[in-house]
Amino acid sequence: MTARLGVPAARKKGGKGVVTETQVANSAGEPRVQATKWRTWKRFWRYPLSSIGVIGMVLLFAFCFVGPLLYHVSPTQGDFTALLQPPSAKHPLGTDDAGHDVLARMMVGGQASLEVGFLSALVAMAFGTLYGMVSALAGGWVDIVLMRIVDILLSIPSIFILLFLNATFKPNVGLMIFVLAATSWLGVSRIVRGEVLKIKNETYVEAALLAGVRTWRLMTKYLVPNFIGTVLVTTTFAVADSILSIAGLSFLGLGLPPPAPNWGADLSAAMNYIFQNAWWLIYPPGILILCSQLFVNFIGDGLRHALETRTD
Amino acid sequence: MLSYIVRRILQAIPSLIGISIITFILLHIVPGNPVRILLGQHYTPQRAAALAQSLGLNKPLYMQYLIWLWNILHGNLGYSYNYTEPVTYLIGHALPNTLSLVLIATIFAQLFAMLIGTVQAYFENTIADHIITVLNYFFYSMPSFWLGILMVMFFSIQLHWFPSGGVVNPQDPNPGFWDWLHHLILPAATLTLVTLAGYSRYMRSSVRETLLMDYVRTARAKGLRESQVLWRHVLRNSILPQITLFGLSFPALFAGALFIEEIFNYPGMGLLYWNAVGTLDYPVLLGVTMFLGALTIIGNLLADILYSLVDPRISLESMS
Repeated sequence: MTARLGVPAARKKGGKGVVTETQVANSAGEPRVQATKWRTWKRFWRYPLSSIGVIGMVLLFAFCFVGPLLYHVSPTQGDFTALLQPPSAKHPLGTDDAGHDVLARMMVGGQASLEVGFLSALVAMAFGTLYGMVSALAGGWVDIVLMRIVDILLSIPSIFILLFLNATFKPNVGLMIFVLAATSWLGVSRIVRGEVLKIKNETYVEAALLAGVRTWRLMTKYLVPNFIGTVLVTTTFAVADSILSIAGLSFLGLGLPPPAPNWGADLSAAMNYIFQNAWWLIYPPGILILCSQLFVNFIGDGLRHALETRTD
Repeated sequence: MLSYIVRRILQAIPSLIGISIITFILLHIVPGNPVRILLGQHYTPQRAAALAQSLGLNKPLYMQYLIWLWNILHGNLGYSYNYTEPVTYLIGHALPNTLSLVLIATIFAQLFAMLIGTVQAYFENTIADHIITVLNYFFYSMPSFWLGILMVMFFSIQLHWFPSGGVVNPQDPNPGFWDWLHHLILPAATLTLVTLAGYSRYMRSSVRETLLMDYVRTARAKGLRESQVLWRHVLRNSILPQITLFGLSFPALFAGALFIEEIFNYPGMGLLYWNAVGTLDYPVLLGVTMFLGALTIIGNLLADILYSLVDPRISLESMS
């Protein structure tokens, strides 16, 4: 791939030698940007679960981030006169064993989970995409070795690595994002590599190379827009996985350091009280984790239906 | 056929070596001296010197790795400093429990997934299909640890049908097969439910695609009964992706087993690992990580070989 001074012809039109989504370009590589993006958007919303997913996530975010602004009860200051109380007028979801209000804990507990979930998936997407593209473009031994590394890392169940790293390094929010991304990027890289291998041999890529397009421009303007759909779907599911991982790690006692409330940690504490039938401690965190997974999975499936169009 | 199997086995060897390298790297990224890390609170200068000698810490890094590999191949995974037993001994006791849990769960999950996926595909877009899809989403999104807690709450505490933990009744001097089974049912059921939800989606789309194939149409045109069409053509071709999926899902299965073992206090590899994490018992951590990685690679290998036995196209392709 030479980096020459030539400018690809498509650029002179002021636009885009770009073909978006999964619609194949016509042989001249001409863009059909507006039509395909709009159609995909419409297809997304036509799938009934997508709207439920999006609305649900918006509500969940509102609950976690806007809720504490409206509900001024502290999740970390215990009211020692009201320990382990079932739901009442004063505490709509009851209190836990240290007198904390459960509703407040649910609201604030979601903040870290959602933040880390989304950010770690984004980091994983970025790194995985780069890795997959480089591997596919390089080809040959480099490709084989890079993908072998991915395969080997995928063989170890990620939770074990996560537990190991968390126990050793006791991460804060930033490091946690990195640690979770470190186990999620593998799937993305495999998929990106597969897609790039398919696209690599298309005519318009060949044309671009002949015109002397530089590597970075090739990647960003020719390759990425054509597989971004699939990557987006994978990333959405990665968000769900990350949120579940954070909840699971907190459940096992190795999530973010206390006293930050977290759904998983609260669920773990609730286990001590199942014999006392303290259902208000057990159902809310579980339902919230379940909802986060459900809504993100709906959105992911909706994206998949919208983007994977088959002409047959 | 045989050449495919041999080739596949040879391909697995670098992966196994890769796992040992990863574990070696993990040992070395932990802050501190590896000798201190591996000895924990049993650290004495003499023991430290002896361990350093046996690990070859004064030698260059690649030599240390080779000594590490040599130890592993000879079954020496070190000593847990929490239990002062060899790591292999601990793994040997924990592994059968985890394997029985995981194997039972995955077999039942596969069987039920085949059933449910086929039903969904045959009755596509009916009420039954929609209801099953909703339930599927529900169990797919359910965190396994929460499901475990709910199962304990309902079946163990409220109904008293099943015990809430352990692998056998500790007060029973002679636990038999039925006691073991009794303890296994709740954990296995939980793991089965969450795994099943994932598998049945794939099975559904697989059967749907198969039903559109020309050979199904031919079979029906020949006059075969629908049950024959199903058994001889549809099912055999739909389960092929399931086999690959089975191989790929090992890491997730062990991860799920970890949570379930923790909740049910079931003494398997997951609980062993979690207890070791609590005390930073590095020999156990590294040994279990290495072992599970190797187990996954071998599982994938077996799944691939099974696939090649079931699908004659694979071995034919490799012969040409």
